[in-house]
Amino acid sequence: MGKKWVMALTGIALIGFVLVHMVGNLHLYEGAWETHEYAETLRDLGTKVIPRTWVLWALRAGLAAAFALHLHSAYSLTRMSRAADRRYAGGRDYIAANYASRTMRWTGPLVGLFVVYHLADLTWGHFNPDYVRGDPYHNVVASLSNLPVAIWYIVANVALAVHIYHGAWSIFQSLGVSSPRWNPLRRRLAGTFAAAVLVGNLSFPILVQAGVIDDGGRSVVRERLEQADRTGEALAPPEGAP
Amino acid sequence: MSAGENGMLNVRLRVWRQDGPGDAGRFETYDVGGISPDASFLEMLDVLNERLTLEGREPITFESDCREGICGTCGLMINGRAHGPQKGTATCQLHMREFSDGDLITVEPWRAGSFEVIRDLAVDRTALDRIIAAGGYISVNTGAAPDANLVPVPKEAAECAFDAAACIGCGACVAACPNSAAQLFTAAKVQHLNLLPQGQPERWARTEAMVETMERFFGSCTNHGECEEACPKEISIDFIAWTNRDYVRAKLRNRKPTGRR
Repeated sequence: MGKKWVMALTGIALIGFVLVHMVGNLHLYEGAWETHEYAETLRDLGTKVIPRTWVLWALRAGLAAAFALHLHSAYSLTRMSRAADRRYAGGRDYIAANYASRTMRWTGPLVGLFVVYHLADLTWGHFNPDYVRGDPYHNVVASLSNLPVAIWYIVANVALAVHIYHGAWSIFQSLGVSSPRWNPLRRRLAGTFAAAVLVGNLSFPILVQAGVIDDGGRSVVRERLEQADRTGEALAPPEGAP
Repeated sequence: MSAGENGMLNVRLRVWRQDGPGDAGRFETYDVGGISPDASFLEMLDVLNERLTLEGREPITFESDCREGICGTCGLMINGRAHGPQKGTATCQLHMREFSDGDLITVEPWRAGSFEVIRDLAVDRTALDRIIAAGGYISVNTGAAPDANLVPVPKEAAECAFDAAACIGCGACVAACPNSAAQLFTAAKVQHLNLLPQGQPERWARTEAMVETMERFFGSCTNHGECEEACPKEISIDFIAWTNRDYVRAKLRNRKPTGRR
């Protein structure tokens, strides 16, 4: 049961990240320069106390550790269950188990693969010939305007939401957060959380495909930074920035 | 239910037959006619066994004892559901009126790695006893019986503990669990003592020992909730949540202080 606690505690860290990531991405609606500034703000976190990007790197390290521990627990618990389980030759009925709970071992690896792709795509710029470092808005548009990529993002985010729907409820159960007064809320909370993450995350590929989020193939951030280099001006948001 | 001629039921049974632990096993089909809708499922099997015996064939081995839903001896997977289609009912209390004339009914033993088939529908549930032996008891002084009500028990605690103690140890939770986990059984046995004053002295040792014994034999809970649906006593998975909490508290408390062996 110790591993169930590891699952639950790392799960909290991971869904916390998922929520913050989704909310942060809403800056895409403000425009390219604002999204760039948001990204810079993340690097500037804690700058007044410790060197720049150290807080961000600490967060990344914690997240990677949570991810690794979550995977390790899932792997060993699954092995334990596989070893203990025997199938019914005549088939079996499910009454309480739902689609989400029965697909955790599929949606999990799918999300894991997606995370690797997503990092390679938008953090390291491997799949994107038009990748511009420091202009997330431009990179998102360049990637998601490609239909197969947009579909892959949508599929992965549906898997993520299904995974979270069961996972968020499971956290309460695994940590023993159970009281008759609040128990009916646990499912609803998990459902609301999963739905909020789903709607937010799906809006990005859909709106890029619809042309609402678009920069016409120009990197506004690169242009402004190059212009600032030439003229030596202090950087401030331009009037009517996209 | 819809009955056939004379209000009697004719059903076709697909029953798992296995000659012993090493045997591969197979389904065999039997037509059972003239069964009263008021017969229990086990009485229907008795009728079939009677006929098989008269025909000189080997009767189907299955377990039962009290036949009133309180001993936990019986337990069959009926049409893919532990204890059959009726909620909150052990196999012995399931009546043939739950079925219709002409139904095909598939009957299998409990399946889990730790529940080895002994013969046909009877499985070895010793692993559940191992969990009880690890800590499902309280220690009391010998001698004269203590005065009644010497230890006050809050009403809520008593009722909650009684809900857990309703567990008859049939193993339906393991049978219904897609992971073959025994969390509901173990949680019921742990909590029915952990909730009471009499269970406090051994609370942390009990929790750790019973949970870890469980993990030697059974799978890991993924919170499907199938066990709660299958349980003939409708024991809540809330007990599993409390046991998860007690387990971590036990691990923290049971650490041995420096200098102790």
